[in-house]
Amino acid sequence: MIVAEQKPIQAILATLQGADSVLLAGCRGCVTVCGAGGEKEVRVLASLLKSARNEQGRPIRVDTAVVERQCEPEFVDELPYSRDDHDAVLSMACGAGVQLVAERLQDAIVLPALDTTFIGVSEGKGTWVERCKACGDCKLHLTAGICPVTRCSKGLLNGPCGGSSNGACEVDPSIPCAWQLIVDRLERLGMLDRYEEIIMPADWSEYGKPSSMDRGDIK
Amino acid sequence: MEINQGTEVRKKGALQGILEQGRFAVTAEAGPPRGARPEVMAHKASILKGFVDACNVTDNQTSVVRMCSLAASSILLDHGIEPVMQMVCRDRNRIAAQSDALGAYSLGINNLLCLSGDHQSFGDHPMAKGVFDIDSIQLLAMIDRMQTEGRFSGGDEVQGRPALFLGAAANPFADPFRIRVPRLAKKAAAGARFIQTQCVFDVPRFEEWMQGVRERGLHEKLFILAGITPIKSLKMARYMASKVPGMSVPQELLDRLKGVEKKKRKTEGIKIAVETIQKMMEIPGVSGVHIMAIEWEEAVPKIVEGAGLVPRPSGRA
Ligand code: SF4
Ligand code: SF4
Repeated sequence: MIVAEQKPIQAILATLQGADSVLLAGCRGCVTVCGAGGEKEVRVLASLLKSARNEQGRPIRVDTAVVERQCEPEFVDELPYSRDDHDAVLSMACGAGVQLVAERLQDAIVLPALDTTFIGVSEGKGTWVERCKACGDCKLHLTAGICPVTRCSKGLLNGPCGGSSNGACEVDPSIPCAWQLIVDRLERLGMLDRYEEIIMPADWSEYGKPSSMDRGDIK
Repeated sequence: MEINQGTEVRKKGALQGILEQGRFAVTAEAGPPRGARPEVMAHKASILKGFVDACNVTDNQTSVVRMCSLAASSILLDHGIEPVMQMVCRDRNRIAAQSDALGAYSLGINNLLCLSGDHQSFGDHPMAKGVFDIDSIQLLAMIDRMQTEGRFSGGDEVQGRPALFLGAAANPFADPFRIRVPRLAKKAAAGARFIQTQCVFDVPRFEEWMQGVRERGLHEKLFILAGITPIKSLKMARYMASKVPGMSVPQELLDRLKGVEKKKRKTEGIKIAVETIQKMMEIPGVSGVHIMAIEWEEAVPKIVEGAGLVPRPSGRA
């Protein structure tokens, strides 16, 4: 899933400087699961904003709404935004959601409340780790199911480099070396001979430009 | 206009010649200056001349900005030293790498060492974006294909093939140890002809690795040059032992340095380097040594002389 975290409250307040009323919009997708932009976080942020602005002597009206997914037009269109009532929409979705809200509400000022950080998995309660950079040319079948594009600091497809030491990456001892993990797993699977196949350079042709996908079969 | 399609047009370099004649080769290393000062390379050349067969020119080593290895290699060449131009994947994508390889060969550079490169976080620009479009093995395979098939990575024809003598690095001391020999095999398959290793302080571990290399017959496909670094001080030895990932410095060596007076430690460091070279010459499959005297080029002539490796042969058939 997509992992995000809330921006510091001061940064959010700064973006709301000119607004006296705002629609705070949460999302029940990934950001609910990672505890950054779901129902609960919307409630907490709304009250934080109100009390901070009361303290500043410039109260703000905060209306809230949580939709199923901010990355789909049909749900975004459910947002109870009105230009007369709201000076801005503060979205608690990932960056993609924020942008779809802006696209659907052509006359609204749409602001992000979160920093979208990565595509990752949960590693126990409250911990998420990055696992995929959406490179568009998945190599996991060649690397024992461990992504070197994401998890090797240099993205080496034929690692490890000479800095791999005691299972740790040369860049930071707290980061496991992806290639140590790959080699260990290949060995466990009895496939260490696969290590010697040279993995060809990645095809980045779909990566450097805005991607889109058109699937006729599900239209 | 006639275009050179073959690889026979230019004579081989001295390093390749010496290795192919089965003689024990000596290379050293010279870091380019942190400024537009060609005289620095000229000075390093004057120190090394007559003591080495070729000299590596590092490529923004440890991710610190320096004069580019292509220009610095060309300056060495002008001053009578055959360069081994280092090329890292951190700072150039596949387009730039192929272009620089063509440029290097055209300027008379014969040897190219293909490396992944240190991560940018180690240097003076940790905020930079590392390129890493390809890795060192893919870089080797790409340049090798330009030379043997006459094709660029994208498939188009190379109109005038270079004939660079391709090298790679190997670290027998990094983890995981069990793939260190297979990794060397991968580099050989990708087109490497010679290898320069990480500094050898831990001779037993190096020998263990070399045994694996010989079992796979890799010493017959690759010329292996063992890395030698003279230790300047106890501080440097301790730093390498504890702070440099993938470096093995045995305790005996630290003790030996500690046992001599502070002002005699430099001499001791050179002595250790000479002894290590002598051990390397005894190991079957080791074709030479690569002396990395980091910002201490003056040590190289002493070490080479101490090991009885002067005068250097010409390398020309
Ligand atoms: S190779 Fe890695 S970054 Fe690319 S799609 Fe697969 S998991 Fe994602
Ligand atoms: S130590 Fe491992 S994870 Fe880190 S850059 Fe080298 S190969 Fe990649």
